This record gives sequence, C-alpha cells and structure tokens, in this order.
Amino acid sequence: MKELEYPFDSEYILKNAKKLKRMLLAEETSRMKKKIAVLGGSTTHDIIRILELFLLHQGIEPEFYESEYGQYFQDAMFGNERLDAFAPDIIFIHTSNRNVTAYPKPGDGREETEALLEEQYGHFAAMWDKLEADYHCPVIQNNFEYPFYRLLGNQDGAAISGRTRFLSRLNERFYQYGETHGNFYINDINYISAAYGLDKWSDPFYWHMYKYCLCLQAIPEFAHNLCNIIKAVFGKNKKALVLDLDNTLWGGVVGDDGAENLEIGQETSMGQVYAEFQSYIKAQKDIGVMLNINSKNEEENAMAGLNHPAGVLKPEDFIVIKANWEPKSRNLSEIAEELNILPESLVFVDDNPAEREIVRQQTPAAVPEIGKPEQYIHVLDRSGFFEVTSLSEDDRRRSDMYRANRMREKQQAEFADYGEYLRSLKMKGTIRSFEPVYMARIAQLTNKSNQFNLTTRRYTQGEIEQAAADKRQITLYGKLEDKFGDNGVVSVVIGHKEEDALHIDLWIMSCRVLKRDMEYAMMDRLAEECQKAGIPKIIGYYYPTAKNKMVENFYGLQGFVKTEEDDNGNTVWQYEIPETYEKKNKYIEIERNGEKDDKRKSI
Amino acid sequence: MTRERVFETLNEVFRDVFDDESITVEEETTADDIEDWDSLEHINLIAAVEQEFGMKFSMGQVVSMKNVGEMADIIMSQIGD
Repeated sequence: MKELEYPFDSEYILKNAKKLKRMLLAEETSRMKKKIAVLGGSTTHDIIRILELFLLHQGIEPEFYESEYGQYFQDAMFGNERLDAFAPDIIFIHTSNRNVTAYPKPGDGREETEALLEEQYGHFAAMWDKLEADYHCPVIQNNFEYPFYRLLGNQDGAAISGRTRFLSRLNERFYQYGETHGNFYINDINYISAAYGLDKWSDPFYWHMYKYCLCLQAIPEFAHNLCNIIKAVFGKNKKALVLDLDNTLWGGVVGDDGAENLEIGQETSMGQVYAEFQSYIKAQKDIGVMLNINSKNEEENAMAGLNHPAGVLKPEDFIVIKANWEPKSRNLSEIAEELNILPESLVFVDDNPAEREIVRQQTPAAVPEIGKPEQYIHVLDRSGFFEVTSLSEDDRRRSDMYRANRMREKQQAEFADYGEYLRSLKMKGTIRSFEPVYMARIAQLTNKSNQFNLTTRRYTQGEIEQAAADKRQITLYGKLEDKFGDNGVVSVVIGHKEEDALHIDLWIMSCRVLKRDMEYAMMDRLAEECQKAGIPKIIGYYYPTAKNKMVENFYGLQGFVKTEEDDNGNTVWQYEIPETYEKKNKYIEIERNGEKDDKRKSI
Repeated sequence: MTRERVFETLNEVFRDVFDDESITVEEETTADDIEDWDSLEHINLIAAVEQEFGMKFSMGQVVSMKNVGEMADIIMSQIGD
C-alpha cells in the first residue's frame, strides 16, 4: 500500500489509521501470524495502532500483548501469567530517557557516575536476561534519545557528569550487551529522533498530557523504523536491487550523449551526487544485497557507461545486467528467475515514474518513489528494505557466490552430460549436527527460505539453540563448497523422535544449490543418524504455500510413500529405512574429519 | 471562517478519525455521544483537528474543553478569518 511506503505522510496515516487498516485487511494476501509483546515505559496505544499497519503491509499479521501503563519491568521480572499464556514470538521494550531514574549530579566524578551507570544498566540487563531465560524469543530494545534540555550546556555531552554524556555511555553499554546476545536488537531512537528533530520529537506537551515519550506526529516514523527490525527478524527483507542506468546511476542518456559526456564524478555537482549514489549502491554488496541492471539501452552503450573511469560501480559488481528494449517488468521477472529468488524480494530503482508504474502494476517488486537524485540515498536508506539484523560471512560474500553460480551455469551448457558437469564441480560437503558458530545463519535460513521449504516453519535463534540441545531431536546443517567457491550453509533439517519414527519438522535448502545432489546427501546423512539412534522410520510432512510448489513431490523423489493427503493438499510421507541403505548422493564428497563422535547426541 | 464552516470541517475530521461517515457533531456533542471516542482516541482526534486547521491547542485548553462547541470557540479564536 503506497500510503505506508517511505516517504509517507505521517499525519495522513495517523488520521486515517482505521480506514487504512480496513483496506489492508481486505487485501487478499497470505500473512504470517506473529505475537508481539509490547512492554512499555510510557504510553504505547498509538504506537501499537500504527505499528500494526506497517506490519500488515509487510505481510505480518500481528497479535499484540500490551503491558499496563509503565509496567515493562514488572511484566518482565516478576512473572506474569497473561504474558506466559500469550507466548510471544518477539518482545519489544519501549523505554526512553523518561525511564532513566537517576542521573549524575553536576560535578560528580568518574567513580560516582560509573556506579550510577552500572545501576541503570543493571536494571535493563537483568530484565533482558530474564526475558531470554523465560521466553527464548528475540527482544527489541529502544536505546535512549538525547535529553530535551542541557543543564551543562555544551558541556552536557562532554563532561563526565553531563546527562547527555551519561545517556551516550548507557547506550554504549546496551550495544555491548547486543554484541554478546544474538537475539537482541536495538531500535535506534537516538538516530531517528535526531533525524526527526529532537525538539519536536520530545515536545513535553505529549509527555505531560498523555505520557507519550515522543510527539504523536513522530509515531509513524518510529513505528516504521521498528517494523523494519521485526520484518527483518521474520525473514521479510528484500534481497536484491534492480537498477535503471540513465539518470538513475548517472546524469544523462548514454545512448544519446555518449559515455564521455555523462554526469558522473567530481567535475560537476550533479556528477558528485551520482558518484555518491554509486558508492552507496556499491556498499550494499557488503551487506549481502545483490545488484542488477534493468535498462532500456543497447548493451554496448550500457557497458560503456558502466566502464566510465569516474564511475564507482563497474560491470563486475552486477550479477544480472539486462540492457535491452524489452518491457522492464519482463526483465525484472527474468532477473528474479535467474537469481532463483522471488520477484517480491526485488527493489526496483528508476528515475522514470512511468517505468516505476508499469513495474508496480505488473510485478510484486518494491518500487520506491525515489525523488530527485540528491534524495535517492535518503529514500532507499530510510525505507529499510535491507535492514541488517546480523551480518553473517555469507551476507558479505553473497554477490561472489551468485556470480560463481552464473559461471557454473555457463559451464553447465558446455557439458553434454549433467553428471559429468556435476563431477567437474569437485563438490565437497560438510553435514553435521547444529554447531554454535552457525546458529545465527541457520535461524536466518529458516526465516528466508520460501521455495525449497517443506513445512515453512520459522525458527528464532533461541529455538534453533533449543533444538540443538534437545536430545529427542536430530538436527543437521549442510555446507557445500565447489571449485568456484564456498556456498556456506545451504541446507537445514530438523526432526524429532516420537515412538519409533523421526518426524521431520523442517527441511529446507537454498535454491542456489538446487540439483547438485545436496538434497540426497542430506537424506543419506539423516538415514545414517536414524540408524545410529535405532529409529527405523522417517515421517515427512509437506504443507503447501503460495511459494513451495517445487517441493510438492520431494519426499516421493527421496523414496518415501505418501500415506495421507487432505483437502488443502497437506501430505504425509513415510520411509522405512532399509537395513542396507544405499547412498543416493553420487557427486558430493562428504567431509567427515574433525567431527568428534562423542559430540553427537544420542537419542 | 464562519462557525458553520468550522463545524463542516470538524465533521470531516471526526469521520476520518473514527472511520464512520454517519457522524455529525454539534455544539453540545461530547465524547459520550460517539462510541469510539475514548481518552486514547482523543489524542489522535486533537492532533488531527490541529493539523486540519493549522493551529495548536495549549495543554490548558485540551484539559478544560467540555464539548465540540468549546473546541470550535478555541479554533475560531486562533485562526482569525
């Protein structure tokens, strides 16, 4: 819904929230249901009301728990049957500097402020630890906005006893906690309040009148920022940028003006704007965003533009380059197909409103109203399409991996026999029970995989860690490497033992390693683990969604027999493990060294 | 702006905020007369009225306003013609 896309009209959203909600609910779309506990240190009513709109827009249907006014700490610390029964999927703690109960006095030294800092920080850290122990779900915590007055003037931020300095140090402690707790996320209201304007944000009218720690008009910005974290945690981030060239990545039309006359580089103001935008786009690669081109141009001209000596982006920064005269909506769908991702994971960036409109009409891609060239970075950045929750090694290397995939595809065309091609890849796999270093990546995969996903069950990192520790469960992750590069963790299987069978709760695989025998290697290992644990049977479940049709008959291919099917297409499959199990994987050499057998769980 | 015009505009704001096209406010209308008008919705209503008329209520005014007529008085005293 356009009204909820950045840049949005906050006052319109506030005034028409009821109507917007009604319209969102009328949209025919499937949404994941999530339970969100909001523990407030100040009023949260309108925050929840507006957050709900942004979440619905992102395909998340929230159910809320709202603490009584100001009871965030009590709810977390002293047991709460209502919250226990609610069983939150995520907890948001809405505190602000209004909840800081003591500040240093002017002239206090290092020792006194240190003690105060410890006390204020301890209040929060104890609560986070308790929530982690009780609920094992992600926790989102506001940091602190700056105070709305400065008792020490300019020294307030610099002097050790200044309140501004104190809040900065408290924020720093929050970040340190986050560094050692994977399921903990900061909602950066310090930044958002500054961007909004601290004086307006902290208008005391709203505190004294209604006990809001921010002005009502800032709530949509606040809720949008918070929604970005939530949707990212639940795997709703976008994955790739699809960029136009002329007047988007440089000024001018390369086919008409010639590459040498484009505005890019340090010579002109507009050239600088485009160079800065190119730098921003290039940096997206480092957070795992895949870059692609979709431009109406002769390919030769597009390449000439991308090879401009003053340009920051080069042809090798892109995975798919479509420079032709086809409709951009068709190009975009093809790009999604070539990347093996869904079109709704793409963000289309084009200066031309007519092109934006056709892509918006014809595809489910996100299409921001990008504004003028000097606003491009702001709009893209604040939209939060690629909100970072944790940076894995895989994120940083994603573009390289996809480029390697493209090379594999080119090679594949040269081989007459597919098996010969697979052999030539010299694949090495590692399949083991979950290990601490991969918990974050595994959780991320369970939330991002839509197509090769049998049950579409989502796990938080806490749940992944629990599954790994549970002796009744078998957990496996698979990594795959080949001569073009390391694909990282690409497959995850979780099953639990019940009577004489292993029931598979989750089986997912990244589509970029499809048809490489990895699914068979996982099956081989799963059968082996079951045999070791004395489990004779494996039961698999397939629950259809709009996106996972590709694995409808996956268990059939693995040799399972269908035992049940209901009207909704949900199927149950059974596999009796033969005494002499014949390995199905023929092309991947499975690495077994380094795994200590005593580490493996016995069931 | 005439008092009549102020009430017409107020009607539009109330209808948007409460998403109810049947609402018509009068001088004596209070929160008791409109089902969804509770203290929490009041915050949003005040902000929407302020935005519509391009004015701000003071805290004292928000606290002492008794009905829509008094709201209109304050609006008219602040927006001039």
